Amino acid sequence: MAHLSLRGVGKTYAGSTQPAVSGIDIEIEDGEFIVLVGPSGCGKSTLLRMVAGLETITDGEVRIGGRLVNKLDPAERDIAMVFQNYALYPHMTVHDNMVYGLKNRGESKQVIEERVAEAARMLELGPYLDRKPRALSGGQRQRVAMGRAIVRQPAAFLFDEPLSNLDAKLRVSMRMEIRKLQKRLATTSLYVTHDQLEAMTLADRLVVLNGGRVEQIGAPLEIYRSPASTFVASFIGAPAMSLLDARIEGGEIVLEGHRLGRVDHAEGPVTLGLRAEDLRISDQGLPLVVEHVEELGAQRIVHGMVGGQPLAVIDTSERQLAGEVLIAVDPARLHLFDTMSGRRIEASRAPVLEGAV
Amino acid sequence: MAETYHTGSARQGAILSRLRAWYSAETADPAKRVQFDRPLTPWLFLLPQLAIVAIFFYWPSVQAVTSSFYIEDPFGFGATFVGGENYADALASSQYLSTATFTAFFCAIVTALSLGIGLLLAVKADKVIRGAPAYKTLLISVYAIAPPVAGLIGMMFFDMHMGPLKDLAAFFGHDLRVGIDYWDTAVAVVTISVWKQIPYNFIFFLSGLHSVPTSVREAALIDAQSGWRRFRDVTLPLLAPTAFFLLVINITYSLFDTFPIFDVVVKDKPANNPITLVYKVYLDGFKGNDIGGSSAQSVILMIVVAALTIMQFRFLERRVHYG
Repeated sequence: MAHLSLRGVGKTYAGSTQPAVSGIDIEIEDGEFIVLVGPSGCGKSTLLRMVAGLETITDGEVRIGGRLVNKLDPAERDIAMVFQNYALYPHMTVHDNMVYGLKNRGESKQVIEERVAEAARMLELGPYLDRKPRALSGGQRQRVAMGRAIVRQPAAFLFDEPLSNLDAKLRVSMRMEIRKLQKRLATTSLYVTHDQLEAMTLADRLVVLNGGRVEQIGAPLEIYRSPASTFVASFIGAPAMSLLDARIEGGEIVLEGHRLGRVDHAEGPVTLGLRAEDLRISDQGLPLVVEHVEELGAQRIVHGMVGGQPLAVIDTSERQLAGEVLIAVDPARLHLFDTMSGRRIEASRAPVLEGAV
Repeated sequence: MAETYHTGSARQGAILSRLRAWYSAETADPAKRVQFDRPLTPWLFLLPQLAIVAIFFYWPSVQAVTSSFYIEDPFGFGATFVGGENYADALASSQYLSTATFTAFFCAIVTALSLGIGLLLAVKADKVIRGAPAYKTLLISVYAIAPPVAGLIGMMFFDMHMGPLKDLAAFFGHDLRVGIDYWDTAVAVVTISVWKQIPYNFIFFLSGLHSVPTSVREAALIDAQSGWRRFRDVTLPLLAPTAFFLLVINITYSLFDTFPIFDVVVKDKPANNPITLVYKVYLDGFKGNDIGGSSAQSVILMIVVAALTIMQFRFLERRVHYG
């Protein structure tokens, strides 16, 4: 258990001029669960591996519990890692897999066995201790990998997409287990995933990465409610936020000729972000030409066009949808982004004009 | 093990029932008849391979076993049945026993050295990143040299008149006399044999190392600080199937395939030089014209090798972990 601190951390691979990761500043509190999320190639795994010591750090410093670990071997960093494909030792039994790291650190036999018994109880691995990994199912292997991390009682857990090899159902249940386990052990954790749902449900705080840089750090809801950029806006939340080209004219937001509300911002083009769940079908408002409807059971996602731009709306009714429908927009819930930089525009908005709400 | 037997017998059962269906011309399910309409067709396809095995392996083996019970006239005019006398003679001869002892020693040391050095080079080459293909090509290239040529190249190094290794030995005060001094010759033959076999082991160990998953190595990196421990506890056990295969191959190599090397180094040399059992079979049979005696020796050798191989599979393979 420890405080984890990344200051100006960057990585430039030899022979490359572009850094793969650069200028990462994250302070992680003791016991906090941090999720690094981003599309593939955003540098999230590289960053995690740099903390683990599996990649060299070319810029900045990483401290675990106040100790500078830049030059330390992975085994000296007091961390435990759970890999995507579990990385169990195929020739060792479940028991030996968990014990191996402890043995090498010279723990006493009694301590080792106590910890293994404890971990086996927590993860319900008792009946499998004498089995080899190949005789286990994917979910069980994942538990063993977790057990191997737990028995070390490390300063920090590092998870590298640990659930992506599991099927959808197992993924959901393991997700909850990981969360519960982490809460119980209160071990600082750094978790990498490309799945925004996993990120939202697990994290105390999210770190959204794009192109090797931090786009936004914050609690899941905070990020959901006020994404710092169009990238974050389209990445967090499902279905993805619709981003539309709009203008500010005469102090009002104008989308395809429809006025959506007053805003205190300079005139000119803006990117308008609308979440499907913030919109509803009404008897007045924005006209949407329905293209197709995704039926999800509890709700449905209506995809259509406003003028020439795609927009998704969530609808919970069961009425027949065809042709043109009208969409009510709550001006308090729309997001504005700078068209050039993609950054969020915080501007005071005054509600309601032309048919909105 | 129990599992293997089980599936083995299950497979046998399946084969038997299929054979039965085949003979009784049960052709109810056309899908099971695969490609052949007539029972003879597959045999026709197998015939060339079977003929080769029969002519070049079974026939000579049977001949060897038969002639080992006879004493044959050196000019081939007749043969007298002598029972087990050839075997008794061979096993009682002190020369045979000393050759057998040297063979065992030679086999052990060549296998150990070529496996050990091959593994060491593979592990080191695996770590090289820059220019790795060049290293690998250089290390593998020796494998392309035929054994007699390897023997010849080796002999040039060890030659009493112009060999550089003689000068090297002389520098340390040793008079290297390959072909005359028993142990000098032994050193030369061992060196050449090991040198020739290293690339083979290197290739297999290297590909074995590549098949150890990166993430498993990384997990070990987090679990153990000492590189030697990681190698001993994780890499080596995962290389065991490769190592076991190579052990069998290397023992066979040192017993049989070193023949050309001995032939180059020892042939026409005056003194009492070390030779292996296979070379002795050749000397006694073709140089000494003692067909019966050399046949008996080769039968003994066949039994020893068979026993050795069975032992390896029975006792050693159980400890091998296959992925």
